[in-house]
Amino acid sequence: MVESLDQIFVSLKHALLGFVPGNWQALASAILSLLPIFVIFPTLFAITTLLERKGLGRIQNRYGPNRVGPFGLLQPAADGLKALTKEDVVPHAADKIVHFLAPVVLVIPVFLSFAVLPVGRNLVAVDMDAGLLFFFAVGAATELSVFMAGWSSRNKYALLGAMRAIAQMVSYEIPLILSSVGVVMIVGTLSPVKIVEAQGTYHGLLPDWFVFTPWGLAGFIIFMIAAAAESNRSPFDLPEGESEIIAGYFIEYSGFKFALFFLAEYLGMFAISGLGITLFLGGWHAPLQSLEVIPSWFWFFAKLVAIILVFIWIRGTVPRLRMDQLMNLAWKFMIPMVLINVVGAAVWHFMQPGLARWLVSIALVVGPYLWLGKSLFQSKHLAKRTYRFAE
Amino acid sequence: MTIAFAIVAILTIAASVAAMSLRNLIHCALAMAVAFGGIALLYLQLEAQFVGFAQILVYIGAVAILIVFAVLLTRGGEAPEKSVFSASWIWGALVTAAVFATLAWTIKNSFASQREPPANVEATVKQIGDSLMTKFVLPLEVVGLLLTAALIGAVIIAMRDESPKTKMEDGRSKMEKPSAPGGHP
Repeated sequence: MVESLDQIFVSLKHALLGFVPGNWQALASAILSLLPIFVIFPTLFAITTLLERKGLGRIQNRYGPNRVGPFGLLQPAADGLKALTKEDVVPHAADKIVHFLAPVVLVIPVFLSFAVLPVGRNLVAVDMDAGLLFFFAVGAATELSVFMAGWSSRNKYALLGAMRAIAQMVSYEIPLILSSVGVVMIVGTLSPVKIVEAQGTYHGLLPDWFVFTPWGLAGFIIFMIAAAAESNRSPFDLPEGESEIIAGYFIEYSGFKFALFFLAEYLGMFAISGLGITLFLGGWHAPLQSLEVIPSWFWFFAKLVAIILVFIWIRGTVPRLRMDQLMNLAWKFMIPMVLINVVGAAVWHFMQPGLARWLVSIALVVGPYLWLGKSLFQSKHLAKRTYRFAE
Repeated sequence: MTIAFAIVAILTIAASVAAMSLRNLIHCALAMAVAFGGIALLYLQLEAQFVGFAQILVYIGAVAILIVFAVLLTRGGEAPEKSVFSASWIWGALVTAAVFATLAWTIKNSFASQREPPANVEATVKQIGDSLMTKFVLPLEVVGLLLTAALIGAVIIAMRDESPKTKMEDGRSKMEKPSAPGGHP
């Protein structure tokens, strides 16, 4: 019973494949593997928009959407209809072809990146040997479409936003990739499926997830900070910066093209959170051995929703960074930190299990953190704020 | 020749031609990114996953962005009025054809093309990593050193000169100590 519930989607696919004639099997198998990605994650996007508006509303002491349907539950449907029926305005001076292509080119790699994420036991669209590399490669392709959107609009705010977005994405891609290097070194493979399998054992009460090691915890935190920056989430939403460059690179987009940008941004956040779960949070494994009876795909989505809620919480709490602060954080703090963390993972791999390994590993995380933080703050010459008229 | 190869090859060649002949420089750069993608697809068709993905990561993710930035920083994306073809294109075409014919003839008769391709080569990422860390560790280190030197050199070139730098430092320290007007009577 437990086994069948866990594998319900796999057996459903095999049952459906039974109706397909022999030489169409390969095509039908591919379609049946990919179709759920195109259904589930946009649905999750719709739910997340509502969740985000509700959550931000509660944080800011207001109700959030509550007019459409019971408790405002049908708000995403209303938003979708609105985006579809709005007039699609293209600026007169815009480069029409590139302006049209940019949102399309942005959405394709975002959907592609879900192909290698294992969302459950045996539930992965493409089990690739170099899956992690594939994920980062298609992620890198989104930068060009951001540039296309900003440049083709012929609007200085759009171009400024695109420049900011590219500078930010290029800078934060380095800590993002380097923080996953530790996991790759320990597991010895680039395949996400095997990385999840390596975290499947239980050690007493705690599972053997990489987040429960000193280097893994540091790597996970750096990964999630870089992930927030990669998906242009607050507090790293400078490319949008409503107060200074109004909406950044999608200022000249309206109607459904704007909705596509919105969709791509959220799906990118889901994909990169899913990768964080795969690398550090044990993928689809249950947090306790006794909870393994609950199907594996449930655990993946539970963790995904938990991370999304944390992102919403951060968005409602932390103010936006300034451009120089953004660059300083990436280049002066996160990259040295993550390089030391790679060494920390290697030390963890080669030392014998025991207390000494934990102490050395903790020292390799806490020491650089304190040292970097202290030296960076010293160069800032921060002083207590004094007021002339307010006091 | 399979249909997939034909599609990818036509796409790559068309994108390369567009990259050379379009008037707008940004369009050329974008067309070249498509050509890079086509080459990556060719690698993937040859079962070379690592090279294919590295091609996308490096060329589309970094080199194309670099080219686009360079275009924006130098002369703007304004399209030239006159044709992009030079007046003596026919001579250029002749020279190109001659060079291509020479190269093709040399490759055709070379020792390498006579060799049988080894059957069922399977280069996994793990094997590539292993040989990079053992057999080819010296070239890897040399490349790393070269790139680090280039990185430091670029930072030094981009760094401000000494005198304006101190001024900027002063300005920043004032900005970060908001007590400035009251603190200095």
